Amino acid sequence: MAHGNANAHSHSHEGHHDLESLRSMGFWIFLMTDCILFGSLFATYIVLHANTAGGPTAHELFKMNGVIAETFILLTSSFTSGLAVLSMNQGNRKGLIGWLIVTVLLGASFITLEVTEFVDMVHEGAKISTSGFLSGFFTLVGTHGLHVSIGLCWMIALMIQIGRHGITPVTRRKVNVISLYWHFLDVVWIFVFTIVYLMGVM
Amino acid sequence: MAQHTASHGEHEHESHGSLKSYVIGFVLSLILTAIPLAVVLNDWMQGTGARAVLLICAVLQFVVQLVFFMHLREEKKPRYNLLALILGIIILITIVGGSIWIMTYNNVG
Repeated sequence: MAHGNANAHSHSHEGHHDLESLRSMGFWIFLMTDCILFGSLFATYIVLHANTAGGPTAHELFKMNGVIAETFILLTSSFTSGLAVLSMNQGNRKGLIGWLIVTVLLGASFITLEVTEFVDMVHEGAKISTSGFLSGFFTLVGTHGLHVSIGLCWMIALMIQIGRHGITPVTRRKVNVISLYWHFLDVVWIFVFTIVYLMGVM
Repeated sequence: MAQHTASHGEHEHESHGSLKSYVIGFVLSLILTAIPLAVVLNDWMQGTGARAVLLICAVLQFVVQLVFFMHLREEKKPRYNLLALILGIIILITIVGGSIWIMTYNNVG
C-alpha cells in the first residue's frame, strides 16, 4: 500500500510520516490548551485559598503522608511510561505492554489514594460547598484526578490495540502521544503538590 | 524494506531519547521533589524565602520533564512545539499573575 503510493508520488512515505507528526503536533496544541485550563483553575484556587468561611484551613486539613506517596507514585509512573516508549523504539512489544501495565497500576494506586483522601475530607465535613477554599481545591485537584482517570482508560484501550495490531506507525504515534500526556499530568501534579499542598501546610 | 524499517527504527530511537536520559531525568525529578519536601517538613525556611525555593524547584522540575522526558530539545526545525509552549506559558502567566495582582486591590479597598 505504502509502496504503491510511493511509486505514484515520490514524497508519499514522507507525507505519511508528516501526517503522523502533524497529529502529534495537534495533540501538543491540545496539551497547551489544557495547560491554560489548569492555569485558570490554579488562579481560582490561589485567589480563593484564604477564604475558608469558618471551615477547616489547608493547614488543618492536609495529611502529607498520603500526598507524598501520591507524588512519588506519579513521578515513577511518568518514568515508566518513558521506559514503555524506549521498549517500543527497540521494537520490543512485550516490554512496551509490560511498562504500560506498570504505568497503569501506578496511576490506579495514585487515583485510589486521591479518592480515599477526598472521602476522608468529606467525612470530616470538608465538602466542596463548605468554603471558597474547598471549592477551588476540589475543582483543581479533582480535574487533575479526572485527567489521570481518562489517561488510565485510554492506556488500557491502547494496550488492547497494540495486542491486536502490534507496533505500527499508528500505534507508535499513539504511544508517543499518551506518554506526552502522562508526563504533562506529572508536571501539573508537581504544581498542585507545590502550590496547594506544600504551601498549604507551610 | 527490512533495511528501511530498521533505519526508520534507528531514527525514531535517536529522536526519542535513551535510557540514560530517562534515568537522569528521573533522578533529577526525585531530587527536585525531595528538596521542597525537606524545606517544608523540617521548617528550614519560612515565608517568601521558602515560597521562592518551592517555586524554583517546581519550575526546574518542569524544565527537567520537558527536556529529558518530553524531548523538547530534540524537535526538528521549525520548532512549532516550542512556539506553542511559549504561547501557552505567556497566557498562563497572564491569567495566574493577573489574577493575583488584581485581587491584591481587594485588600487596599
